[in-house]
Amino acid sequence: MAKFIDSVKKRIKAMFPEKIQRKTIESDYVLETESLGISFGGLKAVQNVNLKISKNQIYGLVGPNGAGKTTVFNLLTGVYQPTEGTFYLNGEELRGLPQEETNHKGIARTFQNIRLFNNMSVVRNVMVGLHNQEEYKCSVLESVLRLPRHFKVEKEMRERAKELLDIFGLLEERNNLACNLPYGKQRKLEIARALATNPKLLLLDEPAAGMNPHETEDLMNTIRLIRDKFDMTVLLIEHDLKFVSGLCDKITVLNFGTVLAEGTAEEALNDPEVVKAYIGN
Amino acid sequence: MEFITMIINGLSIGGTYAMIALGYTMVYGIAKMLNFAHGDIIMVGGYTIVLFFPISPILGIIASVIFCVTVGIVVEKTAYKPLRGASPLAVLITAIGVSKLLQSAAQIFIGSESKGVTVNLGEIRMGEIKINVLTLITIACSAAVMVALTLFVKYTKTGRAMVAVSEDRGAAQLMGINVNFIIMITFIIGSALAAVAGVFLVFKIQDVGTTFGAMPGIKAFAAAVIGGIGSIPGAMVGGLVLGFIEAVCGMVPALSPYTDAIEFAILIIVLLVKPTGFLGKKRREKV
Amino acid sequence: MKKSFKSFAKHYMNYAVIAAVMLIFTILALATPMKASTSLLFQKITVAVIMAVSLSLVVGFLGELSLGHAGFMSIGAYLGGKIALVIIEGGDLEASNILVFVLALVIGAACAALCGFIVGFAALRLRGDYLAIVTLAFGEIVRVIFTNTSSESFGGALGLKSPSFSMKKTYILVIIGFVLILFTLFVIQNLLRSKAGRAITAIRDNEIAAKATGINVTKHKLMVFVISAAFAGVAGVLFSYANSPIKADTFDFNYSIEILVMVVLGGMGSINGSIISATLITILNDKLTVYLSGDNAVFKDLFYALILILIIIYNNAPALKGFREKYNLRNLVNKIIKPKHDPSAVRDDAARWDVVPTKIEMNEVLSTDLVIDKVGRGDDSADIRERGGNK
Repeated sequence: MAKFIDSVKKRIKAMFPEKIQRKTIESDYVLETESLGISFGGLKAVQNVNLKISKNQIYGLVGPNGAGKTTVFNLLTGVYQPTEGTFYLNGEELRGLPQEETNHKGIARTFQNIRLFNNMSVVRNVMVGLHNQEEYKCSVLESVLRLPRHFKVEKEMRERAKELLDIFGLLEERNNLACNLPYGKQRKLEIARALATNPKLLLLDEPAAGMNPHETEDLMNTIRLIRDKFDMTVLLIEHDLKFVSGLCDKITVLNFGTVLAEGTAEEALNDPEVVKAYIGN
Repeated sequence: MEFITMIINGLSIGGTYAMIALGYTMVYGIAKMLNFAHGDIIMVGGYTIVLFFPISPILGIIASVIFCVTVGIVVEKTAYKPLRGASPLAVLITAIGVSKLLQSAAQIFIGSESKGVTVNLGEIRMGEIKINVLTLITIACSAAVMVALTLFVKYTKTGRAMVAVSEDRGAAQLMGINVNFIIMITFIIGSALAAVAGVFLVFKIQDVGTTFGAMPGIKAFAAAVIGGIGSIPGAMVGGLVLGFIEAVCGMVPALSPYTDAIEFAILIIVLLVKPTGFLGKKRREKV
Repeated sequence: MKKSFKSFAKHYMNYAVIAAVMLIFTILALATPMKASTSLLFQKITVAVIMAVSLSLVVGFLGELSLGHAGFMSIGAYLGGKIALVIIEGGDLEASNILVFVLALVIGAACAALCGFIVGFAALRLRGDYLAIVTLAFGEIVRVIFTNTSSESFGGALGLKSPSFSMKKTYILVIIGFVLILFTLFVIQNLLRSKAGRAITAIRDNEIAAKATGINVTKHKLMVFVISAAFAGVAGVLFSYANSPIKADTFDFNYSIEILVMVVLGGMGSINGSIISATLITILNDKLTVYLSGDNAVFKDLFYALILILIIIYNNAPALKGFREKYNLRNLVNKIIKPKHDPSAVRDDAARWDVVPTKIEMNEVLSTDLVIDKVGRGDDSADIRERGGNK
């Protein structure tokens, strides 16, 4: 009973989240985390993570299974709220924002297990990503009354979505249902949708999972293309160390929720601690 | 004095709800479906006892259990089994269809006027308190059923297989558990409990119509959800909570017309504060 | 030009069909004295269609199960009817005064929408079966409250004597009903075929991804519940003008289920399907009542239930999948209308709505016993411990 009352108290508290004073700092980095951490109950899932990602960097987050990589992503996108530390996007503190607002501020992500809008066509998937852009603003009333603005915005959004799909080589498939795409293209569509939200930082959660070497090669080129064409900063999680060392400018190795090593791929992966974590003594 | 009467009433109403809710919760946990026809199984049990009561009350109870179990098996095999693996919403609509089917079938065979039996087992006096023997039997019986069910699930092979199926049907199948058999067992237990609950309801209300099981059915469903649907102790807790609310409302004249509304309002409040009910497991989608 | 006409026709076909039916009905009603029963049937159809279309917004497009839609209708019927009655009695007006009717519509819809807003809040925290039981509970609460009102306020168990058109003018109510269907369709269809509609279907398909894509789930869910409830309120006011007295028991759980059945049989995520199935089911119900009178009346429900079960099993049984794909209505229609399908001819706006199906498999709804609430404000430790320290 005491446990129940306790949990009720927590729920009621959760209904009215306390106001968080968010501050702005001077920062040269796109993303800067400050001893970021979260604990579930007594378990410290992630602690003391300090990442500093500069503009146009492709940054890798690696580590064995259960090291807390995806948890870091969930912290950065507002799925979880950090219990310690905080993080800044271009110097603006984003701690405590809900998921959709984190996205509005400029962090977009993909998921480890692909999450598309399966029963919608490919082009509509990307158009959902364009939903919140200033230039495509159109109120519900305008849409329902079918004012000229609605048609204009719809047309522009469709054109923009097609441009994006063209970059990823998905233009031909635009009218297919998303669930009917082959695996590799689903991954690409997820990236295209994330880019449609016009982010400053793109988080990719195991983008090469389940791909064959040829597809992986293709994906590496795509990610480089994204960086150059969209002037993008990318943070990615990946198990494939070849992929990571071939692509990332800098990496951080996590194990048991703490940072094991960081630096260029070569430095970090040759770190004795890292070798120990992966291979054992 | 009133307080003790209220507690006893609450236990007896709550016990009956709990028995029905157990059927809901077990079917939900194991077959992953909301069996809306469950309330009408109560009605079937009620009619059977009414028919057999003049011959012999004991025979009536046995007959109603057997008949309800038969109906439960037939419904499961003909209506639900073809839809195994189909969407839960399709199964839900089928269950609603079965519910209407049972109601209209009862009307065809028995007629639309309601029937009843009169049972009077006397009262026990303890000082100033008068307690109906029937109420005591209801409480004892529902307690016995709950204990038996808990032991069954915990200590028998079939019971443990049930838990396994409710956790992960696919994995249970791979471990060699006959899932169809387990689901059938679940329906048998659920229907038998509904029959017993139906008998007690008939004895209490003494009046059976075709929609006799609908309201207790919905309330037991609410009880199962309050307790956390899928959880056996949860169904008991939920049933008792609703039973006590009903007993309290029954004692206050200003509240009694609004009993149903109060029960449902409490259901909503409980769910808003604790979205999975008191004892429900929280399954979170992993991001 | 031809192309745009074709696409226009495709998108607005349903308006044209409904308007045509309305026109034919009006001509017939004015030319010949219409039987009261026919007029009543049409009136029932109009109410059912509005209810089905508004529920389809929640169930088919937002992907949440609602078992209390009749509750919203009840609120519209009682409050709209009561307001109209007060005005008519106070101002000594005729019951068929159109202005009063419109006012009643607005007030009924607004009150229902307010309740929709409250239920929508529950929808933010609950999903699937849990939300279903909350909507069910809401419907029952509304029913119990209206049943227990005093006879001066809302008539209590005897029902509210609502304003009604005189018998000769019943057809006017049907025409109004048709206009209201067109209005409902206009709002809901346009909403769905716009930015907001895309967001709503995105939430249905994957709520987590929708949030990560920046969709404001709270706003869209509340909007869907409010709009859906408002149109149920509209249907309620229409109903209260057609039936006097109105009783709370009419809008019970079974009625909610009946509307849900219409939506499900019409095909989830298809507005036109909902309209067609609402019409057919209402006609079927009515005809069964007419033909199976007297001693046979009991068979009506039996047939209805049997038909329902058989259709669902036929449409959903995994074992019948091969059979379904071989022999179904769509194939038959395609065979007749479109002799061959040329994939290269798929046009640019093919993805606009109708060519690419947005229908969802039923199991997307209700399949989830997951609770996705505002996780991880550092408050969920207890629940996580329940799962054995899993993160």
